[in-house]
Amino acid sequence: MSNPSLRQPDAIVIGAGHNGLVAACYLARAGVKVLVVERSDIVGGAAVSRKLYQDFTYSNCSYVCSLLRPEIMRTLELPRYGLQIIPYEGGCTMMRGGGHLALYDNHDALRREIARHSKRDAEAYDRYSRDVMRQCKFIKPLLMREPPDPTSFKPRDIQELLYLGQRLHGLGEERMYDTLRFWTMSAADFLDEYFESEIVKAHFAGTSIIGTALGPRSPGSAYVLLHHYMGDIDETVGAWGFARGGMGAITQALSQSLEASGGSIRVDSPVERILVKNGQAVGVALASGEEIQAKTVISNMDVKRTFLNTVDPEHLPSDFLTAVKRFKIRGSSGKLNIALDGLPTFPAIPKDSPTIRGDLHITDTVEMMERAYDDWKEGRWSQAPYVDMLIPSQIDPTMTPDGKHYMSVFVQYCPYELADGPWTDEKRQAFGNTVIDAIANQSPDFKSLILHTEIRTPWDIEREVGLTEGNIFQGELTMDQLLFNRPVPGYAQYATPIKNLYMSGSSTHPGGGVMGAPGANAARRVLRDLGIEAKA
Amino acid sequence: MSSVRPDSADVIIIGGGHNGLVCAATLARAGQSVLVLEAAEHVGGMAITRRFAEGFKVSAAAHLFNQMPLSLVRDLNLKHHGLAFAATDLPTIGLSPDEAPLRMGDLDALNVRSEADARAYAPFDRRMNRFGKLIHAILASTPPRLGTTLWEDKWALAKMALKLRLLGRKEMRELLRIIGMNAYDLFEDEFQTPVLKGVLGFDAIVGSNFGPRAPGTVLTYLYRRAAEVSADSSTFVQPIGGLGTVTQALARAAEAAGARIRTQAPVARILVENDHASGVLLESGETIVANTVISNVDAKTTFLNLLGTEHLDTGFVRRIDHFRSAGMTAKLHLALAKRPNFTGVKPEWLGGRLVLSPSLNELERAFNPTKYQSVSATPALEITIPTIHDSSLAPTGQHVLSSVVQYVPYSIKGGWQTHRAALTTQLIDLLDQHAPGLRDSVVAAELLTPEDLEKEFRVTGGHWHHGDLAFDQFYMVRPVPGATQYQTPLPGLYLCGASSHPGGGVMGLAGRHAAHRVMSKSP
Repeated sequence: MSNPSLRQPDAIVIGAGHNGLVAACYLARAGVKVLVVERSDIVGGAAVSRKLYQDFTYSNCSYVCSLLRPEIMRTLELPRYGLQIIPYEGGCTMMRGGGHLALYDNHDALRREIARHSKRDAEAYDRYSRDVMRQCKFIKPLLMREPPDPTSFKPRDIQELLYLGQRLHGLGEERMYDTLRFWTMSAADFLDEYFESEIVKAHFAGTSIIGTALGPRSPGSAYVLLHHYMGDIDETVGAWGFARGGMGAITQALSQSLEASGGSIRVDSPVERILVKNGQAVGVALASGEEIQAKTVISNMDVKRTFLNTVDPEHLPSDFLTAVKRFKIRGSSGKLNIALDGLPTFPAIPKDSPTIRGDLHITDTVEMMERAYDDWKEGRWSQAPYVDMLIPSQIDPTMTPDGKHYMSVFVQYCPYELADGPWTDEKRQAFGNTVIDAIANQSPDFKSLILHTEIRTPWDIEREVGLTEGNIFQGELTMDQLLFNRPVPGYAQYATPIKNLYMSGSSTHPGGGVMGAPGANAARRVLRDLGIEAKA
Repeated sequence: MSSVRPDSADVIIIGGGHNGLVCAATLARAGQSVLVLEAAEHVGGMAITRRFAEGFKVSAAAHLFNQMPLSLVRDLNLKHHGLAFAATDLPTIGLSPDEAPLRMGDLDALNVRSEADARAYAPFDRRMNRFGKLIHAILASTPPRLGTTLWEDKWALAKMALKLRLLGRKEMRELLRIIGMNAYDLFEDEFQTPVLKGVLGFDAIVGSNFGPRAPGTVLTYLYRRAAEVSADSSTFVQPIGGLGTVTQALARAAEAAGARIRTQAPVARILVENDHASGVLLESGETIVANTVISNVDAKTTFLNLLGTEHLDTGFVRRIDHFRSAGMTAKLHLALAKRPNFTGVKPEWLGGRLVLSPSLNELERAFNPTKYQSVSATPALEITIPTIHDSSLAPTGQHVLSSVVQYVPYSIKGGWQTHRAALTTQLIDLLDQHAPGLRDSVVAAELLTPEDLEKEFRVTGGHWHHGDLAFDQFYMVRPVPGATQYQTPLPGLYLCGASSHPGGGVMGLAGRHAAHRVMSKSP
């Protein structure tokens, strides 16, 4: 992959996660000679497909695609480089005591299904979708913009603040209040304003806790719920889909797009240090001892890893360092990747129902999820966890040998550190068993089909992918860490206290998910500083 | 039709709590004819002193006076009307089973536990005061409305932005960062000493429905600091005769200005004529007419019971329905045969505010079970022994212990009938662990759960603030959009109680702002 002409790149991107690749692509397209250095032996960061067991392809960390910005897909021509997103056909939320809510992407079908639990909720669902959609439409344009610095008097910041103000004003008085409330309230309270049925509430509350160290009753969790609705596939707000070939297909397409524009990638090249001279980044030193010089360095690592591990603290103002140390990146999610000998059956899901091809959740009440959060707070994995399963091999048979299946299981909550000491193999296995038992309760033949299980705690995810605490968003999505506060107040515009050093990861606005917006925004910022016009 | 001319006034105020009385006094001084209607035998609402056992009196709900702005006390001449203080500058003492008691603000004592904490405390305290002053500007004004073309709303927003800017860049950034944060993280980042963090955390959540890990609890912490800034008391005050003295003085001030007060006059309905409030119907059947009706009663009662949903659109009713108003704070009153002896608490501290909140984790654990309609074995307590400073509250040589109990849910599985006695015993046992021998000196005990507070004080949910103080129920959206700025969807009907901005606490600002609003709208 190495390109001799890039021994002396203009810009180095540290980390070939999706945001790093997006940033690199935009730079390369604008004519910047860019080199991406990646610690691992493959590109992708947390969006990878790996063969960890025989011929089974695992989407190792992230497992679902919805947040990837369509404008990025178009501009970087990702479909041309092999990316194919297949929309979900539905899903199913299953309660522990039996009972389920089938999810159809057809609005009327879903309404009928909700009515089975509560007629009132079916009525409320229209109001709910409309209100959520309205909030998404308000936020969407903000995703691809640099957050303004409210303390600055620079024309650019004032202009952006005015833009924000105007958008808010444009909502009208009533909607403005709704927006203010939506950003600050808890998912449980928000859902209570619409629904009465426990399973309906529990289903919608699911996205409010994924990846976050909040419970559904914590104020601010309604925003996390919204964050997960932000993606759009075929312009349908909130729709989700698979990447054919697993999540690695996204980062593979990005690397090909990058190389086609003249950028280059080096894997197996962990960065030991960012080189700083006279307050300016001048390149990187690899663990191998090799030094690569460049006028611009972009770190796609999370903000803690970047500044606490890779930059000499003497180059940083002490306030900034304190703020970085206080940035909250909390591990709260676990993952199981399971190879199956066949398709498990779920009595809750009728035979031949398309819903088995979608997202399968185990949860039954908001209370169950809140109690799972209480476990996490005490340093235990949840005894009755929220489980989000997916069997992508049904849609993309190339992922597994004939007749076999791959199941991705996302688990909320799982702590980074346990109250009774560090993770051990036994504890990891016990955590896995808790999850497997929860699934087996819904699927009698599940256990007998298991060929191989990979269990990953936040601690494992940190070690393998390099995300601090294994946090999938590179930082909690709470009010104190959003917009102009993300990741550090005063440094929310992708620049850092070190000249020519930038950040492009999910620690920056607008945060995590396989969205690509931070990478695109960072590239735009770098190009502006370089005096180069970005190519649309 | 009765041949007697119905009673009438320019303004009727429903409810003689402290905000209603402040509102009445302010309007009466401006020359309006004001009639206050109080359902109970005495005015005072949740700021009263009453007997709870033979010979023992206690401030039945609020028990410390630290939030009413000095300017209000002065303007209404409350000292002239009988308000006097038994003690001021009450210290706050943190109690813990694991540490010796810690007097808050005692840096030498803190230094022994953690030098880093002693170094960090003063700058932290200064910064919180600075932020408190800024938040105070918000408490001290009527919230603007968004999206209007009125210059006063725009000016209010601009003024707020300017005040924020005047903090300076660094401080403004810090405020914008922490304002949406949770108290747990803020205090964990700053300090090490568990009991210090526990007490700070307690101040962030007392009276609220959230654990210290809930985002928004820094806002409630700063809210409290803000109120204290304007009351000029970073410490606490105990009025002679308890909190009832405050409302008695307010009532006298209102009457001196010409307001009339009728007690035992519960209102059944707010009357409406031509889409305008026209007076009230009492439970006795009596009608009283007025151009303006101001409700000091909580928003749910006002709109759903007194006004009636037929006068409101469904969207508004839905919002009122969802105004979160279930209380989470109980009150324990003990009559004690002798002075309690808290381990490690110096005699000069005993008249202070003793806070049992050993750590932030303990505080969060005290909160956890309430989410599932249950109560923790070790709730957090704010204990005062008012008889140390004021012997009029108990027979000679005997004492009263008054404790705020956080967290106690409004509804409990199985109902309070079956749990009240057990919780009372549990709390006495908890106190006995910190004050050995206390259990045996208990002459009488009274526990007021939120459900009891609801009944006694006619406050929906028994909530101290009428409704949670949280971003989605604060400032511009308090209590709900459509009823902000003390106005309601019904012309002529206003709100002046804790349901409105800035909320509860014996502060009186909602009453004062409402009075100003009414005057600005009067022809």
